[in-house]
Amino acid sequence: MIMRPVINVENISKQYRLGLVGTGTLKDDLYRWWYRVQGKEDPLLKVGEVNDRSKKGTSDYVFALKDVGFDVAQGEVLGIIGKNGAGKSTLLKVLSRTTSPSTGRIRIKGRVASLLEVGTGFHPELTGRENIFLNGAILGMTKHEITRKFDEIVDFSGVERYIDTPVKRYSSGMYVRLAFGVAAHLESEILIVDEVLAVGDIEFQKKSLGKMGEVSRQGGKTVLFVSHNMISIGSLCNKLLVMKHGQVDFHGDVKEGLNYYINHMQHVIESSDLSESLKSLPEDEYFELLDFDLQQEQSDGVVFLSSRPIKVCYRYRIKKRITGLRVGFDFIEQKSEMTLFTVFHDDSYKTIEPWQEGVYTSEAIIDANLLREGSFIINIAVCIHNVRWIINGQLKVPLEVRNIEGITPIYGFEKRPGFLLPPIAWRNEPAGD
Amino acid sequence: MNSEKNQFAEDWDMVIEPRSSLFSLNLREVWGYGYLLMMFVRRDLVSVYKQTILGPLWFFIQPLLTTITFTIIFGNIAKISTDGLPQVLFYMSGITLWNYFSDCLTNTSNTFTVNASIFGKVYFPRLVMPLSRAISGLAKFGVQFLLFVGFLVYYTLNGSNVHPDLPGILWVTPVVVLILAGLALGLGLILSAMTTKYRDLFFLITFGIQLLMYATPVIYPISSMDEKYRWLIQANPISWLVEAFRHVYLGAGELSLPGLAYSFGVMALILVFGIVVFNRVEKTFMDTV
Repeated sequence: MIMRPVINVENISKQYRLGLVGTGTLKDDLYRWWYRVQGKEDPLLKVGEVNDRSKKGTSDYVFALKDVGFDVAQGEVLGIIGKNGAGKSTLLKVLSRTTSPSTGRIRIKGRVASLLEVGTGFHPELTGRENIFLNGAILGMTKHEITRKFDEIVDFSGVERYIDTPVKRYSSGMYVRLAFGVAAHLESEILIVDEVLAVGDIEFQKKSLGKMGEVSRQGGKTVLFVSHNMISIGSLCNKLLVMKHGQVDFHGDVKEGLNYYINHMQHVIESSDLSESLKSLPEDEYFELLDFDLQQEQSDGVVFLSSRPIKVCYRYRIKKRITGLRVGFDFIEQKSEMTLFTVFHDDSYKTIEPWQEGVYTSEAIIDANLLREGSFIINIAVCIHNVRWIINGQLKVPLEVRNIEGITPIYGFEKRPGFLLPPIAWRNEPAGD
Repeated sequence: MNSEKNQFAEDWDMVIEPRSSLFSLNLREVWGYGYLLMMFVRRDLVSVYKQTILGPLWFFIQPLLTTITFTIIFGNIAKISTDGLPQVLFYMSGITLWNYFSDCLTNTSNTFTVNASIFGKVYFPRLVMPLSRAISGLAKFGVQFLLFVGFLVYYTLNGSNVHPDLPGILWVTPVVVLILAGLALGLGLILSAMTTKYRDLFFLITFGIQLLMYATPVIYPISSMDEKYRWLIQANPISWLVEAFRHVYLGAGELSLPGLAYSFGVMALILVFGIVVFNRVEKTFMDTV
């Protein structure tokens, strides 16, 4: 039997203008307007290219989504996965109507509630009770529904004692629990959820995920769920949509999809980007880097868990006997461009051993529970000690680190400060009198 | 597969498309969000009150101080006519109306920029937001209006030259407030739609509201205007409202039915235009804010 599709997406594209919205906009606006007056198609919609952030484009316009189409059947729990910038968030925004598509059509059967953030519209001066009603109304609940679910929401979030206190006096945990409590009790047929579960502690994440799973299994509710967390996608979803460069790369069964994502995405990084760059390196008379790879159990080669070690692997050929070779990397935090640490496989600066010709491998291990969540770059560096650089700056490999099962990722409302998040041993004892 | 799909055709609750037709105003949808509207009004009222020590007293202090200032500067120093009315009542009547208009206009004209964080995360008809602002503004207006009535009673009992016209008050008050609210909301909608893309307008708005006040008979009566320039003031739809208001409450000023009809017409035009422009922008503003 074919389940009735409740969401039908046809050829959705979304175009964005890059750069600043400023003086140029008026010119383009007039240009578009002039074409529209003449009854012609918008000329700037033809401009633009597939959104690949790693490559520099030639046009000011890009497509964050390009010809995206799929159906979602009733009761399906569809996971949406993809690299940063693959169009996941834009797709959710279009589906939840916070922005409209440039072309295409979406048809939806049933009430939609979208949860791109918990606690949207919470007002710090209002009490917990008032905020439940306000937030519920913003999310599209009627007064009757909120009243009926009120006790359940309070119960779920465990803030009963504070329900008539302004939420500005809540602890951050209480705040998030209350906000998610409202969202978890939405009575819509379709629920769209962004990575909102990343906030809150592990216990709460489990509880919320459990609630979501329960809702979709019992209520025949359709859920769209964006996440980087392959584990929770695997356990919650039955279908998967893999996004790449604003297009649908895979749509189908979740197990098959996760396999595809793991194998394919890694393949893409290696074959298209890195091996190209490897080939384009200037030839060196002593040294040739054959392969470079970042490895982690169950990782896709781009997104890594902070709770497991990351293996940095090199394979290279020594063409002529050489002394004082150093193979290593700089580890750089992407936003601040701050170098966190540099590693050379041979860390004693006095050792200048000779290397015979042949193929070698080197491995460095970045410890588990060392990094905080964030975007990092590995800058591959190879040199002959005290003589010259062989590779430095030509090969930069991006990696995303996610903290899903490591140390509590949030600290108050904010992410924990800093780029490193190693467990620090604490000992607390009663000191006596 | 296709036939099975077709069996569900035309059975969709919602269609999302790039551009809707010019006049799909979604007013019915706004109506469906009446409860949300109520909650926003409540939030505005409660939160304003909660953040201050003096609370709603501020609603009194501001018009009182403005009235005193106007009485000193325009009444006693510049000696501008007040149609023979007590200066305090004359200025206060104008200020009460004007304050509502200017508050309402400023509070709605920044709808998109102020609410970008909410609008980016959840959908509801955006019109609910400025509507709630216009309604919660009525509370402040009500308080200031009571202050004005208090002074009016005091002056009447003391035998000043004021002649309230009770039957007139009953129908003119709601009509004037409604037209004023519509004008402020309509203009606010147009401005909010434009400021999302062109921030320059923000600088113009505060300045423009100030200028507009001088083109409205707030600190002078229309009758004191030179015949040659009177049409300029009369072209301003708010002028008719202030004059009608003064006529029924104080007994001076002009209550003109054609004038009120003109104000209503302009209001209706601006409001409809405002809603159309606003609805067009609400679909894409997240990309430009």
